[in-house]
Amino acid sequence: MGLISRGFTGRRREGAEDLPPGQYLTHDFPVLAAGPTQRVPTDDWKFTITTETGARHEWDWAAFTALPRDEVTVDLHCVTRWSKLHTDWEGVSLDTLLADVETSAHYALVESYGGYTTNLPLEDLTDGQAWVAFRYDGEDLDPEHGGPARLLVPHLYLWKSAKWVRGITLSDHDEPGFWESVGYHNYGDPWREQRYWE
Amino acid sequence: MTDDPHGETHLDGNAAAGTLAELFTFDVTVAVGRCAGCGRVSTVADTRSYLDGPGMVVRCTGCDSVLLRVVSSPERTWLDLRGLAYLEVDHVTEG
Amino acid sequence: MSWRVARVSGLRDETPSARTLVLDVEDWPGHVAGQHVDIRLTAADGYTATRSYSIASAPDVERVEVTVERLDDGEVSPYLTRDVIVGDQLEVRGPIGGWFVWRPEEEAPVQLVGGGSGFVPLMSMVRTHAARSSSAPVRLVYSVRAPDAVLYAGELARPPGHVQVTYAYTRAVPEGWPDRPRRVDAELLAAATWPADRRPRSYVCGPTGFVEAVADLLVAAGHDPRTVRTERFGPTGGTR
Ligand SMILES: Cc1cc2nc3c(=O)[nH]c(=O)nc-3n(C[C@H](O)[C@H](O)[C@H](O)COP(=O)(O)OP(=O)(O)OC[C@H]3O[C@@H](n4cnc5c(N)ncnc54)[C@H](O)[C@@H]3O)c2cc1C
Ligand SMILES: [Zn+2]
Repeated sequence: MGLISRGFTGRRREGAEDLPPGQYLTHDFPVLAAGPTQRVPTDDWKFTITTETGARHEWDWAAFTALPRDEVTVDLHCVTRWSKLHTDWEGVSLDTLLADVETSAHYALVESYGGYTTNLPLEDLTDGQAWVAFRYDGEDLDPEHGGPARLLVPHLYLWKSAKWVRGITLSDHDEPGFWESVGYHNYGDPWREQRYWE
Repeated sequence: MTDDPHGETHLDGNAAAGTLAELFTFDVTVAVGRCAGCGRVSTVADTRSYLDGPGMVVRCTGCDSVLLRVVSSPERTWLDLRGLAYLEVDHVTEG
Repeated sequence: MSWRVARVSGLRDETPSARTLVLDVEDWPGHVAGQHVDIRLTAADGYTATRSYSIASAPDVERVEVTVERLDDGEVSPYLTRDVIVGDQLEVRGPIGGWFVWRPEEEAPVQLVGGGSGFVPLMSMVRTHAARSSSAPVRLVYSVRAPDAVLYAGELARPPGHVQVTYAYTRAVPEGWPDRPRRVDAELLAAATWPADRRPRSYVCGPTGFVEAVADLLVAAGHDPRTVRTERFGPTGGTR
């Protein structure tokens, strides 16, 4: 540990019960940027699921927003150590999007407008664990927070909840994404504090 | 969140120099690099860096593709340079 | 490059919201005008926060000055501008950056355009220019929100020879000022900076939006983009 700075406490780090290890509570919604904010008009927006056989399932904005949607309240845990509790989202469950998709793949690579990628096991996207979310706190999702639509996988660290999501490719092999290929944990479970490569 | 009206948060490659100085014995920001994406040749300082995410990302000013990434844990640092076709470093002259 | 211990040997309030810290740094290797340092603070529980600050002073042995503008909701700047007292120790890494620098050997005309606390590294250039009696002609444009936010106002009131200072007040102007509050625009730059055919070296520093706008205006006015060096100030946080 470095030299201690007299009287320095840092941003008030509010602990809370039920927070994953090493996390502290925040009440605002920090924006973390790894690149320029993408501004994708909903007229141009498309979301595509591609299977291991190359079959494609595509939605434009009208078709996507016509799907049944869920309202969910979830906790967010960012690997930069802030957690935000009880956030309200509206989105389409991946169970709905995957309903007609024929696949036996085990892995998903999520891709975003702007080139960001993140990977996770397909089973982490199903059974009511993940959404393509397009409304936050009663309003359309801001581009800064990933609008028009972002992935929401709240049981994993927030870098898995790709902003500006444009598609998911299903595959038999696992391909590390943007952060997973340079030090961040391949799975990223906040409760097991899986931050970095082991 | 920033109050930058342009809504962009990038800085220059220069802002990344402190972290990079822990990894290299020379000042990487004055080294000249070629973007593997569009071929633009520039000093590493003359780029866009994003420092407030989970790691540090330096992008090409020409095409926005990623030139380098740095992630640090308490124990170690990972560096990904695959977006740079090459880096050209002047030898330090005395004086 | 590793962290060095710096002892705070002096404090100076520059404006109601900005303070200069004089740091005596162990084994300081010296710096070039325009470079910055990273300052790391560590809490008793091991939590750390690191931020970048430009060096405001001219090169000197074992001593550097930084000027910090307080952001009220900030994590580090309120500590540095309010809590630090003379005798405290801080950790410093630097000097950093060999790109946004001006060396007194250079003779080309110099054009400095700073916005807000982005003026700090430009002041290091002005001070280096004076300390080394450089004959390079300097034109300086300082964009600042109000008269009481001007850093180093006393020193700038008597600028060193060869340095011409123009202020652009963005929100409030001094009494009797002939102009309204305004942002740096093409017209102001045309009047207050070197024409492109003098082939000046330009240094532009400030918030990202300001730097982008000014650099674009300079290039539009015919300056070679390779002669326009920029430094964007912005969030340098990231906690690890
Ligand atoms: C190369 C470089 C040199 C710098 N030199 C100086 C200097 O000489 N003097 C100086 O005062 N600052 C300088 N800065 C900015 C400095 O590093 C910090 O970002 C600033 O002091 C705020 O830190 P903080 O911890 O108080 O705020 P944080 O806790 O990091 O941020 C608080 C809030 O303010 C926003 N914010 C942070 N920084 C800025 C900013 N600069 N402008 C607008 N909004 C911001 C954040 O997004 C956040 O919402 C420099 C930055 C860089 C990259
Ligand atoms: Zn490029």
